[in-house]
Amino acid sequence: MSNAKLAKEFEKIVGAEGVLHTEADLHSYSYDSAVLDPAVPSLVIKPTTTAQLGPITKLCNENGLPLTVRGAGTNLSGGTIPHPGGIVVLTNGLNKILEINEEDLYAVVEPGVVTAQFAAEVAKRGLFYPPDPGSQAVSTLGGNVAENAGGLRGLKYGVTKDYVMGIDFFDVNGDLIKAGSRTVKCVTGYNLGGLMVASEGTLGVFSNIIFKLVPPPKASKAMMAVFDNIDKASETVSAIIANHIVPCTLELLDHVTIKYVEAFTKAGLPTEAQAILLIEVDGHPAEVADDAQKIVDICNKIGATSVRAAETAAERESLWFARRNALPALARARPTTVLEDATVPRSQIPAMIRGVNKIAEKYNISIGTFGHAGDGNLHPTILCDKRDEAEFHRVEEAVNEIFDVALSLKGTLSGEHGIGMAKSKWMIKETNQATLDYSLRMKKAIDPKGILNPGKIIEAS
Amino acid sequence: MSDVKKLAQQLMELDDQMVACMKCGMCQAVCPVFAETMQEADVTRGKIALLEKLAHELVKDPDQVNEKLNRCLLCGSCAANCPSGVNIMDIFIKARVIVTTYKGLSSAKKFIFKGLLTRPKLFNFLTDMSAKFQGPFEKVADEAAGTASCALLNPLLGERHFMPLAKRPFRKDYPSADTPRGTSGLKVAFFPGCVVDKMYPHVGHAAMDVLKYHGVGVFLPKGQACCGIPTLASGDQESFITLMKQNIKAFEEGNFDYLVTPCATCTSTIKETWIKMIEDENLVFIEKVKDLADKTMDITEFLVDVVGVTLPAEPKKSDRIVTYHDPCHLAKSLGVTEQPRALLKKSDKYEFKEMNEANRCCGCGGSFNLFHYDLSKSIGQRKADNVRAVGAEVVATSCPACMMQLGDMLSQSGGGIEVRHVLEIYADAIKK
Ligand SMILES: Cc1cc2nc3c(=O)[nH]c(=O)nc-3n(C[C@H](O)[C@H](O)[C@H](O)COP(=O)(O)OP(=O)(O)OC[C@H]3O[C@@H](n4cnc5c(N)ncnc54)[C@H](O)[C@@H]3O)c2cc1C
Ligand code: SF4
Ligand code: SF4
Ligand code: SF4
Repeated sequence: MSNAKLAKEFEKIVGAEGVLHTEADLHSYSYDSAVLDPAVPSLVIKPTTTAQLGPITKLCNENGLPLTVRGAGTNLSGGTIPHPGGIVVLTNGLNKILEINEEDLYAVVEPGVVTAQFAAEVAKRGLFYPPDPGSQAVSTLGGNVAENAGGLRGLKYGVTKDYVMGIDFFDVNGDLIKAGSRTVKCVTGYNLGGLMVASEGTLGVFSNIIFKLVPPPKASKAMMAVFDNIDKASETVSAIIANHIVPCTLELLDHVTIKYVEAFTKAGLPTEAQAILLIEVDGHPAEVADDAQKIVDICNKIGATSVRAAETAAERESLWFARRNALPALARARPTTVLEDATVPRSQIPAMIRGVNKIAEKYNISIGTFGHAGDGNLHPTILCDKRDEAEFHRVEEAVNEIFDVALSLKGTLSGEHGIGMAKSKWMIKETNQATLDYSLRMKKAIDPKGILNPGKIIEAS
Repeated sequence: MSDVKKLAQQLMELDDQMVACMKCGMCQAVCPVFAETMQEADVTRGKIALLEKLAHELVKDPDQVNEKLNRCLLCGSCAANCPSGVNIMDIFIKARVIVTTYKGLSSAKKFIFKGLLTRPKLFNFLTDMSAKFQGPFEKVADEAAGTASCALLNPLLGERHFMPLAKRPFRKDYPSADTPRGTSGLKVAFFPGCVVDKMYPHVGHAAMDVLKYHGVGVFLPKGQACCGIPTLASGDQESFITLMKQNIKAFEEGNFDYLVTPCATCTSTIKETWIKMIEDENLVFIEKVKDLADKTMDITEFLVDVVGVTLPAEPKKSDRIVTYHDPCHLAKSLGVTEQPRALLKKSDKYEFKEMNEANRCCGCGGSFNLFHYDLSKSIGQRKADNVRAVGAEVVATSCPACMMQLGDMLSQSGGGIEVRHVLEIYADAIKK
């Protein structure tokens, strides 16, 4: 079918305003937050009801048209870069919170609801939705599920998958598939909802999602520990966990990051420090006080040069200021920021950081590393200029090696940013051919024409 | 070489600044235009991507990009929140200049900017005449906001509830001034700006009263012109520089410590924008512009930080509420937020109460309001709702452009709420 004719067909489903087709509009949906080459779709479709997702998907399948769903387009792995000439389906108009059930502690939402807005609505009712990716001010819940996004609270509260109770999604025939339920326990059939988590739009198009909610913690306490040696910082991380304390947040900033943050914010950070740990515990007030004291003792025992606990809300704010500014500060240093996502078992953090620093030296590039030390999820952030071909080539080599190091330490390619197009070619390194074949067979059975976000995760081109 | 190629080459000059955008998408959280349309081309990231693609000749139609580029309030909300510190306002303004130079100004704009704005005498004469003749055709729309509507002007202004031109502009009462330093030992140059002069002369009067009260000498030269931002926002750099030169000349003679304005937009233009657009001028002129920029300050900032107006010990309790709208050009560009609030808290009549989203753009955006009225209105409506929600009798702000927009929005949504400049409220308070 010609483009014009297709556009007419889509207009029948979503109305004329729901079909974007000018050159400028198409090019605005050719990229996402990943440092990858853009690709231009042939049409962009913006439904206004979740029911329209079914016919849209069906029409794409009938015409063998590649379909890429896009939430806020903040994923860092190219998951929303469309197949050239394919269709982009926008979910940001599907943004209704359908139900917040305070009795049974769950909520039902449309996929385009913005994460932070959802969390705020939930909080207004005295409840808590913990997953808080750094992009939460703009990311959508559908995108969060499709990437299994995690946030600063991952260590204690888990990631998005731990809150998904059910998902309704459309298959390629445009039929609505129902998975999960509103009950805490549910073993009805295959865990199809689980299959959707981290599927990056390759297995189905999410409609309504049911999320678990929890009661909020009653108290919290934040502290900062400064180290002159990164091993001591990592040892502290292990020791805290080994003492059976699970902070809600346990973040690490390395020397390079501290230097940049300080240069940019003049917040008074110790620039000679080799590492900083930012730690927050929450829960029952008595338990919080107890845990906080134990953490201070552990830090001191292992040899932190200083430990400071926030006494007031303002002090707590100032502690988190540094963490929040880690990425901005690094991003300002050079034109291009390549944010990586290698994750290792906690005990391997010092080895990972040493590895990254060696790679930085070998390829003569600057890398700042910060991240969620508590769960081993590090963000080596490479500062470069993608227009400098020679330099960018070295960056690509370096990224390759970073993954090799992470895998050699029994880590994983991605803790939270997904595989998308960016890391598809490394899948085999972490898994094996049989795993890929199994995944491909499953994909082929669900999506025989391969229209659902082709080229992502397992289909390295 | 084709024209588009030339355009692309010029846009490449912005490449160094544009490449700093890491496409993180965080600007989606704060852009008021995006909040209304939810379209990527309406948010900063989308606009920068399109400009980059035009520069690299991947997009071929400059008109489409230009159209998207103009769907922007230049409110700076994105720049203030961008984690990568991209110089978004510079990029957008320079891109508008480049694209306008390539496409040429529309004849209406050519007439207004080159024919009128850059000739202050003619401009003043015409607005004076209109002020005399507008009366019979207008009807009062809302007493409190001071707005009017006018069936005759509907083709131009639509259903707007606009501010009528003042019967007697500010400069009729203050054609010039040069008063000595008083008790404060300070002297300022005063730049009222077009909107105060022609629509809100009482704001100018309030400013003069307040300065006098605090013993501050005032230098107000003849021959002031518009700060130029309407011309630049439309990409007309030539008129912008002409206006800047007229102003530099007018203020050259004075001997003053600061230049103050009651208009957030004028302050940020003089303080930040002038200097960015004159790379090609001679060094002596650049020095003069820099010198004036260094001295320029919002008048509420001057009163609190320099003159030393202090907060009252006890916040006043009253059921008459005044709330404050942060003009983008003051809060986001210059970071002035506390000083106007401090002056409002001095009021003996009202209790100051913060509204929700006080620093969210009102949706005016200068000519954005003219060309995208529907968008501007839906953005403004949210502001009007927030003003009502706090139970305010008065909404104060420190930008006359915002006052126009607030007046229109409040008046159209039922009226009954006064729109005033912070200085007016403060002037009332010290008169007693
Ligand atoms: C500054 C910044 C900070 C970040 N911090 C974090 C962090 O702390 N933790 C983290 O995990 N990630 C983080 N990310 C990555 C990213 O924000 C998350 O992956 C987020 O979940 C993506 O949400 P989105 O709405 O932007 O989805 P998109 O980027 O639009 O889409 C992501 C994927 O989901 C698919 N998808 C979206 N909606 C649907 C649907 N309805 N049905 C089927 N498939 C769908 C898309 O096809 C795509 O493959 C960060 C990104 C940035 C730019
Ligand atoms: S917030 Fe800044 S860096 Fe991020 S996409 Fe917007 S303009 Fe670019
Ligand atoms: S200046 Fe304002 S309107 Fe323009 S892109 Fe930035 S936030 Fe949006
Ligand atoms: S009038 Fe004021 S708030 Fe409105 S656009 Fe201008 S600066 Fe922003």
